[in-house]
Amino acid sequence: MSVELRAVSRWYGNVVAVNDITMSLAGGVTGLLGPNGAGKTTVLHMIAGFLAPSKGEVLVQGQPSWRNPSVYSGLGLVSEREAVHGFLTGWEFVLASAKLHRLRDPDAAARRAVELVEMAPAQARRIDTYSKGMRQRIRVAASLVHDPSVLLLDEPFNGMDPRQRLQMMDLLHAMGDEGRTVLFSSHILEEVEQVSGTVQVIVAGRLAASGDYRTIRRLMTNRPHVFTVRSSDDRRLGAVLMAEPSVNGVDLDPALGLTVRAGDYGTFTRTLPKLARAQRIRVERVLPADESLESVFTYLVGSS
Amino acid sequence: MNWTVLRVTARALFGRRRFFLLLPLPALMVGLAALADGLGASPVDWAPPVILGLGLGVVLPVLALVIGAGVLGAEIDDGTIVHILAKPLPRREIILAKLVVAVVVTAVAVGIPMYVTGVMADSPRFGLGLVVGSTLGAAAYSALFLALSLLTRRPVLVGLVYVLIWEGLLGNVLSGTQVLSIRQYVITVADRVGPSDLLATSVSVPVALGMAFVFTVGATVLAVDRLRSFSIVGETS
Repeated sequence: MSVELRAVSRWYGNVVAVNDITMSLAGGVTGLLGPNGAGKTTVLHMIAGFLAPSKGEVLVQGQPSWRNPSVYSGLGLVSEREAVHGFLTGWEFVLASAKLHRLRDPDAAARRAVELVEMAPAQARRIDTYSKGMRQRIRVAASLVHDPSVLLLDEPFNGMDPRQRLQMMDLLHAMGDEGRTVLFSSHILEEVEQVSGTVQVIVAGRLAASGDYRTIRRLMTNRPHVFTVRSSDDRRLGAVLMAEPSVNGVDLDPALGLTVRAGDYGTFTRTLPKLARAQRIRVERVLPADESLESVFTYLVGSS
Repeated sequence: MNWTVLRVTARALFGRRRFFLLLPLPALMVGLAALADGLGASPVDWAPPVILGLGLGVVLPVLALVIGAGVLGAEIDDGTIVHILAKPLPRREIILAKLVVAVVVTAVAVGIPMYVTGVMADSPRFGLGLVVGSTLGAAAYSALFLALSLLTRRPVLVGLVYVLIWEGLLGNVLSGTQVLSIRQYVITVADRVGPSDLLATSVSVPVALGMAFVFTVGATVLAVDRLRSFSIVGETS
């Protein structure tokens, strides 16, 4: 395994940021998914050797990453904070990285990295003249310059336009296909869905789910859902729905309509239109009431 | 010695406006000396306040403070340090490169006006003494303030307390504190290299050299160790 966390916790005073996480990552792209404040950055910083675990062990290619600069010869990090030495040109920045890695041919390595992120046309400009997306790409180039087998990226798609996102996704795919271990964090489900097959879901410092994206997706869609429903006859629809096994409960509020607690998303959304048609009730509105990402994550915590 | 770190550090330092705002300080010292000399005042009257009070009491430590705390502190503040730390470099290489930049820039920025002032006050020999003393001081102060930038989030404030309260105030009242005062080592060494009647020393030459060495090496070793345990804090999400 190229990255391993063994029973890792990290706390700040009384606040537990990461709670007993065990995970191992092999080659390929893995998404680190979780709402803001879940502890994703803390996990990435611990893997990258910029934070000591309060408990447990963090290994990168078999070596502890804390107080061990030698791990960086096989590790690249793109942090969320976009600070760069703005007085350097893009080329100077990537070349300096290559030299700090003591590469045999720093010029060639820097040229290859700059071309990989398609920044060659702007490489002679000072970084402080770059747009946010360009800065992000030059930082990726600098962290790829030594051809690392492990690449960590903290919210890499932030501030990118759709075209840049696609390009970055392609780049991550390509790196994963080459057998590198790519771990990137995100709080947006769709981003993770498009890039990675494997996800690690973190909620409130705990590992809530881990594994194949499709399995977790199914877990998410099969969870109990709350819907608000408006129809031409709420009372009768409510009575009919209560007879359905996929429905756990119905509240009737004359002002809001029906609040339906469904046992599983798929069965309920298929059953509702059939039932309404059979009863000649016109459904005016169906709204999922708890679709926020946090509620999805909270559910996963409960079921893990 | 890591030349890449050294070059990036030097460019960052000279690219900051704050650095150039410091240059009027040494110019003020030379200007005051020239004025007093031009008006025919006796060096015995003007040299102690200008050289001891302003030069060694303010110009040297303040320049060393802003430069020494800035070579690494500025990168810690804006987060760019991560780019240098995420490399397989022994941490001592990074600290040594930063320290060399701080010492050389401070020694040159302070040494030249010190020499000019010293020649006006007494002789080229006295000027040379001030240059050697200031260079020793630049090394000890820079190492101390560089270490401070890894120990506290407010290195300039803590450094000012050391320079103004410990060395400036307590050093005049309690003679015991002078053994732990870089300013006293500078005065002793300057007086030894270019003897004159203008400087009053309070520590012996072996104590001055030994303690300056302890300050410089001790602070550097401490800084290397702190940099090994550098943590990114305050932006966890």
